Amino acid sequence: MRHVLVLAGGLSHERDVSLRSGRRVADALSRSGVEVHVRDVDQTLVDAIKSSPPEVVWPVLHGATGEDGALRDVLASLGIAYVGSRPASCHLTWDKPVAKALLAAAGIATPAGVALSHATFRELGATALLKSVVDSLGLPLAVKPTRGGSALGLTIVRSAADLPSAMIAAYAYGDIALIEHFIAGTEVAISIVEDEHGQARSLPAVEIVPDGGVYSYEARYTAGATEFFTPARLSSSAAESAAAASITAYRTLGHQHLSRVDLIIDADERPWFLEANVSPGMTETSLFPMAIEAAGLETSQVYAGIVERALKTS
Amino acid sequence: MGDSYHVPHGAAYPLVAVTPADSERRKVMTDTAGQPASAIERPEDTIREASHGSRLDPWMQSYAQRTAGMTTSEIRALFAVASRPEVVSLAGGMPNLSALPMDMVATTVAQMLATHGLTALQYGSGQGDPTLREQILEVMALEGISAHTDDVVVTTGSQQALDLVTRIFIDPGDVVLAEAPSYVGALGVFASYQAYVAHVASDNDGLVPHALEERINELLASGKRIKFLYTVPNFHNPAGTTLSLQRRPQILQICQRHGILVLEDNPYGLLGFEGDPPAAMRSMSDEGVVYLGTFSKTFAPGLRVGWALAPHAVREKLVLASESAILCPSTYAQMTVSAYLATCDWKAQIKVYRELYRERRDAMIESLGALLPQASWTHPEGGFYVWLTLPDGLNAKAMLPRAITERVAYVPGTAFFADGTGHRHVRLSYCYPDPDRIREGVRRFASVVQSELELLETFGPYDVTAGRTPPSRSVQSPAPDLS
Repeated sequence: MRHVLVLAGGLSHERDVSLRSGRRVADALSRSGVEVHVRDVDQTLVDAIKSSPPEVVWPVLHGATGEDGALRDVLASLGIAYVGSRPASCHLTWDKPVAKALLAAAGIATPAGVALSHATFRELGATALLKSVVDSLGLPLAVKPTRGGSALGLTIVRSAADLPSAMIAAYAYGDIALIEHFIAGTEVAISIVEDEHGQARSLPAVEIVPDGGVYSYEARYTAGATEFFTPARLSSSAAESAAAASITAYRTLGHQHLSRVDLIIDADERPWFLEANVSPGMTETSLFPMAIEAAGLETSQVYAGIVERALKTS
Repeated sequence: MGDSYHVPHGAAYPLVAVTPADSERRKVMTDTAGQPASAIERPEDTIREASHGSRLDPWMQSYAQRTAGMTTSEIRALFAVASRPEVVSLAGGMPNLSALPMDMVATTVAQMLATHGLTALQYGSGQGDPTLREQILEVMALEGISAHTDDVVVTTGSQQALDLVTRIFIDPGDVVLAEAPSYVGALGVFASYQAYVAHVASDNDGLVPHALEERINELLASGKRIKFLYTVPNFHNPAGTTLSLQRRPQILQICQRHGILVLEDNPYGLLGFEGDPPAAMRSMSDEGVVYLGTFSKTFAPGLRVGWALAPHAVREKLVLASESAILCPSTYAQMTVSAYLATCDWKAQIKVYRELYRERRDAMIESLGALLPQASWTHPEGGFYVWLTLPDGLNAKAMLPRAITERVAYVPGTAFFADGTGHRHVRLSYCYPDPDRIREGVRRFASVVQSELELLETFGPYDVTAGRTPPSRSVQSPAPDLS
């Protein structure tokens, strides 16, 4: 019987989501016959792993430490096999401007944008800089912290007067804010797993239609607040481009075992890369388990498969 | 979409048209059966069939209107981090039970079960245990209240009493008058009965009588029905203020003149640090006041024992309402409280609690004074909370994520207003952490305020509520088990 240690919680802003994701993953793994323990990430973790090393660790952590590669570096140094992308890949993915630049170089469209720190605004003067941003990127704009998930700190800005408060909201979560041109279109999330040969396979795209138009934290985690379409309501050619883009993202960023790629498909059926997630949400309202279900699979089966992949590639 | 092809000057990401070769496309595409997709291009306007729309909640269309505010909130999720020991939480309201003589309590409970087990574990009266109701009169006598046992209704915490009173008085759209700010737990109850909450200005001496009079006249002129005034007159949660003795009869007279009931909620009255508690409003008016009390802060919250003292006709309805909600309050918990009151020196215990909280209040006020000259705050003379006003332009709700990063938690003032205001205020609780932790928490909080002031300086004054989605009606305070 496999022994898996699921890590859930941590100290990031997404702790609550991570705790719920972790419970769901642990549940599903138990159902597939795996012995699972769940631990928080705290000062007792390293000693606990050293004294009783698990066969494999699944960091179901959202937010920094868990998603930025730091924890995985620690696991690697302890010689423990773990699920998910390697540290370098995490660093590239976690930092949205870096991920976008790599994807753009790989030929995938991504909304025009700028990443600016509070310090930059101080140096160059906010009024002048914000005006120049609006002049060059137009409206509407999406403002978000460059690092982080669950739409924390995200504001869609439709009027220039709303930009200062959007910047302050983004800086509440991180030191650098990304301001992007907001692309109207069909929002989709494509979850990716690997087959037994390690080939990335995209699951059916999930189309996201939140009430109020923004897939905010509330929209994500309140059942009923968002309507999902699986598979996404795209023409076959649009669906193929989207899937292709997601696989390109997976490969370009060097993901491993699983990930999720978020795109917007515009009226010309072009997929625009927004971001990727090495540790996608696994809660009862999350996109990854939804895609598994849409593919006619069971989470317990898929998660057990992911664990096996992790052991093979460690 | 013309402007999606425009390459803006200085843009970080030149837009590149994506034209993967057909063969590339075929290689990576897979259908759900794991087979490579067909190489034959299908017509561009063929939408995939059988797209299944779902909101993940099959009962979405079935919920009652009163559930409108029951959504997850970012703010509430941030409090999950506050429960970690690395974070100094100044956000919770958990009483500090370390001073409770646990051995004595354990013996009392064991003895109670040994001698009265069959009663304690059985259904009891819907109105509550008569012995306990007598004892409750003794507790209320400390605040000048004289009443009859028949008029006491024991409930599952005074929170439930609040719920029952609201249930028997409020039709959707009816007005409840409340202080500005008001207790978040009460606002939740009022929202669940679809009341219209009208806040009334309060200052360092509590509710302002002429503001109350004005608000009442305003509301009546617009054709609204006002049912009751909800007030926490002693060591207010969250404001920390106490309604002055002078103002109490004034408020009562104003309400009496307009036929408005006063709902007096008094969990902290016996936890004052200077002298005797002020006379309860109920001690000045029998028929005009429903009084709510609880053992949560004077003994222990886990037992869930509170009460309502009401005029007889109101009491009758409360008993019926309570029976239909819970059948009867926990006999076991009531008899535990009763045994505790009979055998332990509960008044001395309250004194011990007072000293514990005084020490913590002092630590908080001292460190605020030393570290936050740009802010202002109330000086509570009892209870658990300080109500702080941030420098102009700051937004306590927007600031919370940064505070969490800096490992300190508080409750943004927006939680305590039904009208979407409160951005400039913060509730800081001192009841739980040790004095040193409180000082550390204030230090961290001060550094967060400083960072926010720097941001404000950079971006200039702005509308704190601009551009965001409309004020959420979700619950924005932590769950009760956050220390």
